[in-house]
Amino acid sequence: MAVPVGNALFGDNYLSHAKGWKSWLFTLDHKRIGVMYLVSILASFLLGGVFALLIRMELWTPQRTIMDAQTYNQMFTLHGAAMIFLFIIPGIPAALGNFVLPLMLGAKDVAFPRLNLLSYYLWVVGALLALVSIITGAVDTGWTFYTPYSTTTNTSVISMTLGAFILGFSSIFTGINFIVSIHKLRPPSMTWFKMPLFLWGLYGTAIIQILATPVLGITLLLLIAERALGVGIFDPALGGDPVLFQHFFWFYSHPAVYIMILPAMGVISELVSTFSHRHIFGYRFIAMSSIAIAIISFLVWGHHMFVSGQSNLASLIFSILTFLVAIPSAVKVFNWVATMYKGEVELATPMLYALAFLFLFGIGGLTGLFLGALATDVHLTDTYFVVAHFHYTMFGGTAIAFFGGLFYWWPKITGRLYRETWSRVAAFLIFIGFNTTFLAQFIMGAQGMPRRYYNYLPEFAPYHRVSTIGAFLLAIGFVMAAGVLLHSLYAGAPAPANPWGAATLEWQTTSPPPHDNFKTQPSPGDPYDVDRWVFDRSAGGYVLAASAAGGGNA
Amino acid sequence: MHSAESHVAHHFPHAKAQVEAGKLGMWIFLATEILLFGGLFCAYAVYRANHPEIFVYAHHFLNKILGGINTVVLICSSFTMAWAVRAAQLSQQDKLVRLLAVTIFCGFVFLGIKYVEYEHKWKEGLLWGKRYKPVHQELTKPKDVPPPKPLPWVNPEEQSTLPPPAVPPQGLSPEVKGFSQEGVVPQNVQLFFSVYFLMTGLHGLHVVAGMVVLFWVLLRARRGQFSSAYFTPVDLAGLYWHLVDLIWIYLFPLLYLIH
Amino acid sequence: MGFFFLVQQGLGLPPQASSVAPAVDSLYKFIFWVSAFFFLLIVGLMLAFVLRFRKRPGYQKDVQAPTHNTLLELTWSGIPLVLVLIMGFWGFKVFLDINTPPANAYEVQVTGQKWKWLFTYPNGYVDEALHVPVDQPVRLVMTSEDVIHSFFVPAFRIKRDVVPGRYTKLWFRATKTGKFQVFCTEYCGTGHSDMLTFVEVHEPGGFERWLEAASNLLNTLPPAEAGRRLYQSRGCAQCHSVDGSGGIGPTFQGLFGHQVMLKGGVRTEADENYIRESILEPMAKVVAGFEPVMPTYKGRLKDQEITALVAYIKSLAGEPQPASGQ
Repeated sequence: MAVPVGNALFGDNYLSHAKGWKSWLFTLDHKRIGVMYLVSILASFLLGGVFALLIRMELWTPQRTIMDAQTYNQMFTLHGAAMIFLFIIPGIPAALGNFVLPLMLGAKDVAFPRLNLLSYYLWVVGALLALVSIITGAVDTGWTFYTPYSTTTNTSVISMTLGAFILGFSSIFTGINFIVSIHKLRPPSMTWFKMPLFLWGLYGTAIIQILATPVLGITLLLLIAERALGVGIFDPALGGDPVLFQHFFWFYSHPAVYIMILPAMGVISELVSTFSHRHIFGYRFIAMSSIAIAIISFLVWGHHMFVSGQSNLASLIFSILTFLVAIPSAVKVFNWVATMYKGEVELATPMLYALAFLFLFGIGGLTGLFLGALATDVHLTDTYFVVAHFHYTMFGGTAIAFFGGLFYWWPKITGRLYRETWSRVAAFLIFIGFNTTFLAQFIMGAQGMPRRYYNYLPEFAPYHRVSTIGAFLLAIGFVMAAGVLLHSLYAGAPAPANPWGAATLEWQTTSPPPHDNFKTQPSPGDPYDVDRWVFDRSAGGYVLAASAAGGGNA
Repeated sequence: MHSAESHVAHHFPHAKAQVEAGKLGMWIFLATEILLFGGLFCAYAVYRANHPEIFVYAHHFLNKILGGINTVVLICSSFTMAWAVRAAQLSQQDKLVRLLAVTIFCGFVFLGIKYVEYEHKWKEGLLWGKRYKPVHQELTKPKDVPPPKPLPWVNPEEQSTLPPPAVPPQGLSPEVKGFSQEGVVPQNVQLFFSVYFLMTGLHGLHVVAGMVVLFWVLLRARRGQFSSAYFTPVDLAGLYWHLVDLIWIYLFPLLYLIH
Repeated sequence: MGFFFLVQQGLGLPPQASSVAPAVDSLYKFIFWVSAFFFLLIVGLMLAFVLRFRKRPGYQKDVQAPTHNTLLELTWSGIPLVLVLIMGFWGFKVFLDINTPPANAYEVQVTGQKWKWLFTYPNGYVDEALHVPVDQPVRLVMTSEDVIHSFFVPAFRIKRDVVPGRYTKLWFRATKTGKFQVFCTEYCGTGHSDMLTFVEVHEPGGFERWLEAASNLLNTLPPAEAGRRLYQSRGCAQCHSVDGSGGIGPTFQGLFGHQVMLKGGVRTEADENYIRESILEPMAKVVAGFEPVMPTYKGRLKDQEITALVAYIKSLAGEPQPASGQ
């Protein structure tokens, strides 16, 4: 097959630029760091997924199925910790963002390449500490580490929290890097409102990472001090207040869910516009809603404590603010749907993920209304309804967007195209499996099935079985998706520079990009002016309308 | 000699952009540091609002004079640090090295005084949480009246049955004399010392970190790497040192001067 | 299809058995139908656009289509805003009802501990289940002995955390008689999912009769039978079996009058004094092979109650067996 225009697989690119393992481990190239993040994060996803399958297998019967209660408690803790701290939080910003952000800016790298590498290695150290914790008596506190349970259990809480603490610094450094890069490396012609929406998402995320993560840091330090030294800040026996821990923890961890979802929304904005072949609808509203979410997200943490005994007034304020944060999310969804109107919708794999996102995040967001309203939250909180709700937002939202983004930028990252048919089947299986797994959990949650239960009442058994079957369908879907991507690495057709017809700058360099990102500096225009790009059969991808006309005077 | 351009990384368009990026990054980092301490300040505020009596009682055990000297030492070090940045801007290499050395010396003085304070608390058993075992325990908690652990259904408003101490607790501070006539030793005094050690301990770690950074800058300054054309590391290290100083300026009145 | 199943099942909600349940369910249903409308709108439009504007031969997109419309943006921000504010204040109104007990409520003390609930009635009687009269407000004053628990009655639509070192309060007025499930909903360790009990709602007059009979069991029943009731109601059954099966603590079957191997290799005879000591000072003599986790019952069981428990354990002794190997 002829190599399409803009493919650099067999020439100079960032992958072939330097050879040997050292050239990877000590690289300062944001693209290579992004790839290392990608591999590590996918490994964590695999680990967290195995834990999830073990949990679902145990829940096949109301009593013991394959493990004892203590092991089960460790499994759901490790599932949560691995998925949240190792996969979802760093997933889109650190892996995809690292790769794409400088390219979208038309820059050669992020502002602080050394800090970028440091943040990757901090991630590795944090992940290793989490592994140490798994080996030396896995934590059984739940990923929320609530005191006083977490200060009294005899599992290895310290290494896990220390791991999370270090992962927090990794996240902070990524955030600093992104903010400074967007401020200082943006070309003068790319004004704030000429920035791709993915960058707006990453910018909002970075603000939260910087403002919220230090509070998690001090909270975890206090927890470690509590266990190691017995400082008693959270220990009622020593005059401390265990509920204060919850306030500290959620002051970070609620904004953290927006660390997870904001970049995902950025990805969806790119996908919907690109595959509708149409300018994004309501650019400014989408951009501003990211910033609105970032700000309001700091003021809603108390909605995790409606039944902890906080004052009625505090509960009212947190409830109303929680409802307010729903509005910018809704605005985004409406704009994405409007973008498809009168476009040219192409159901390529990334677009399937984007449509799945709209469906799943729609359910996730709307079920959040039940939990934001005080009276219904009292009934639903700490039941499977909450479990289903956050899986619809975090998995159906963030993880689905992550895989959509992965399939979208895969040709740019690897220089290879994957098999469309099989990747679509995989996406479809994932969608079906996901809904089977978690829709059933809404119903049993509304009926009162509490979360984190090892044994359960027999009347919930049918729902649990449906859920377990769904989990395995989901797993099969992911195995298939992984197969498609791995297959493309050695058998995929070479990818053109712009296989999808997107107008952002990363598609104006070769696939894969050269070490310095651009051979010729691109000139930023409207990032969604997709009409200038037309498909050119001889190039194998999209080219600027002017050059398609035979280099003439278009 | 290093020219200004040799310090510009390939991905920055010009030196000014790199300097600005460095400063912006540092300011953001300082914001995260403040938020890190912010958690402790929140804990302090919550416990002080709920138990003011603990804070009023326990702060008498802190030595205001040593704390005050430490405040002066850190303010002096901030001054020499600012002067060092100025020296770097004016390419006064020898002066830069001397001023950095003085700043680091101030850091040592601060840590030395802090050590004296900690050691005294250690001897007196005035430590955090479960390690809080005041040496004069027999005075504050008579042995023959074990503190009753209330059953869960006892009215929470019920007063403690502990009698007031006969002799005031001994501290370094002269003001303690004649104190206990005012009232009872409050319960859960260890909370104050937990907060005290956490805040000053975390601050102390930041002082050490700042000194390490300054030492690295000092080594580079001795090699003559800084001049009016390039002094970003001095500048950024200075910003960090000022923050460490600033946090202490808040800690001192909050912990030592309570009324 | 699943959707109609859900609607038919009352949107998945359990039966209503308290005075606040209907109000909570009305709000739940309002949110459900608003959500269903918007979900169908979004997904419907999405699918319609995919079909209508899909890329296909001979189809040309409209390059003149608008890319923004401020009026539209304000509309689809404003309408949801009004709807969610209605939900917010409605939720608060019902929340206040859930949180504000009437002045004349009957008060029961609740203690959560790993992994059981204890309910102390005004006369001092302690039971592992909550018994209440129907149509009368009941106020629970709750605290925890160890970690945070949470008291949840799905049929009553109420839930409240039970926190060590502080008192949380909860009230309800049961509107139906019968037994209703109680869950612990704050994760509390190995036995979290077994920290179950029930609320039994008695018909008028029935509660008073139950409380009197239950409180007087020591005077009205033979000691061994009273001991059996105490064994059930005071948490012994959580860890000690009576059929020889394993548990967190040693079984009571065939215990009395036999030799017991203690930690450290000492043997002792399980007589009255040993059992009494094990109840009051559980750490004094720990049986080999078991963790020292039993809480003391000093101050929680009266002398008469301990005697009854000893009598019950005695009754489980069975035929004395010759100790093997001796």
